[in-house]
Amino acid sequence: MTTSVLTAARAGLVSCGTCGLLAASASRAAPGHCPRCGAPLAARRRGSVETTWALVIAAAICYIPANLLPVLGTTTLGSTEYDTIMGGVVFLFTSGSWPLALIVLVASVMVPLGKLLALAYLLITVQRGSIASNRERTRLYHLVVFIGRWSMLDVFVDTFTVALVQLSPLMSVQPGAGVVFFAAVVVLTMIAAESFDPRLIWDADTETEPDVA
Amino acid sequence: MTGAGHAETLACPDCDLLQVVPELPLGAKASCARCGRTLATRTADPIERPLALSIAALLVLILANTAPLMGLSVVGQQASTTIVGGAWQMWVQGQELTAVVVAFCAVFAPAAYLLCTLAVLLAARRPPAPRWVGELLRWAEAMQPWSMVEVMMLGILVALIKIAELATVEPDIGMYAVGVLMLLIPAIQSSFDPEAIWKRVTWADDGSPPADGAVQTDGTLNLRSVP
Repeated sequence: MTTSVLTAARAGLVSCGTCGLLAASASRAAPGHCPRCGAPLAARRRGSVETTWALVIAAAICYIPANLLPVLGTTTLGSTEYDTIMGGVVFLFTSGSWPLALIVLVASVMVPLGKLLALAYLLITVQRGSIASNRERTRLYHLVVFIGRWSMLDVFVDTFTVALVQLSPLMSVQPGAGVVFFAAVVVLTMIAAESFDPRLIWDADTETEPDVA
Repeated sequence: MTGAGHAETLACPDCDLLQVVPELPLGAKASCARCGRTLATRTADPIERPLALSIAALLVLILANTAPLMGLSVVGQQASTTIVGGAWQMWVQGQELTAVVVAFCAVFAPAAYLLCTLAVLLAARRPPAPRWVGELLRWAEAMQPWSMVEVMMLGILVALIKIAELATVEPDIGMYAVGVLMLLIPAIQSSFDPEAIWKRVTWADDGSPPADGAVQTDGTLNLRSVP
């Protein structure tokens, strides 16, 4: 089913990605700059699918050491115990604060994985020219953008735990090698979500050939 | 004069559908007919209210960054930390990159967002606003997703509860300041209307602002061609 709706791309117009002004551009290949804010114009974000894929793959690679390597090491009277992210969740759960365990589990394990899967799904459906459930896919995209920042939770928890518990020789906490990979997953998926152009979801439905460079 | 203007033609940022957005009554919002994305809003006071809120937020930000977040005591030993102190400890412990990410998301991005927003609003009070206002607005919007005050707040709480298993911890002034900041920043975002600012900014191409701050004069396509 292809609807005959008028999009900016079809009408030969470009909407500025920065200020939203609708501009008539002389050339589709080189749309120039926005007359209002001066930002470079593009009918679709350039290289959106390729850039997003690259970032999603990089984030997926970082996701493995982020979960396998320890994020915290606790030294009590000379002996050190290391905790992974899941270890931290288990610690919270066994120490009786299961609502917190659930929050950390959702923010640190499920959200990053869900984001990677959601972005991969959006990219694959865009590449296959899917026209099904466009509205839902747009909503999924906004969910990914909205929820992404919350995965940084564990990085903050580790930071403030490390900063506060420095009572050597009695007890001290050190960050583990996993923290930086975990932070990398969050940063990479956030940039990936920003580089994805949601208009690509709708393009197959409007039969346009957007200038995707 | 307000930034509300008249009916104008817009393309949906999410699905590119062209549509005419009528002049909106106060408090109303227009959604895309195809994908449902909010296209335009009209808030009662897009300049003064976010301005007041961002001045307040900036003051609270200073407090949040200088006062200790929480204190800890175990058998006579005392310790406390600030936000920057947290990032610094990460750096000292060999996690330099993580320290940079934490400092960026917890200190730099919120500060840059608030300062840019404040400058934009001050300059936009008297249109036409100079061109650098647009540049700063772009900065404010770029910093917004990286400003993670509310995530940090939850992080502080989780850390507090984790440590409470091992020692006596007490929340301090800094933590309450972060909590207030967590409420102020979304309040700025919801009262702020970038479109109202853009309508007051001097155009980049020829330096002339549109007549009365409105880009379009009627429902028809009124576009500037890009050479």
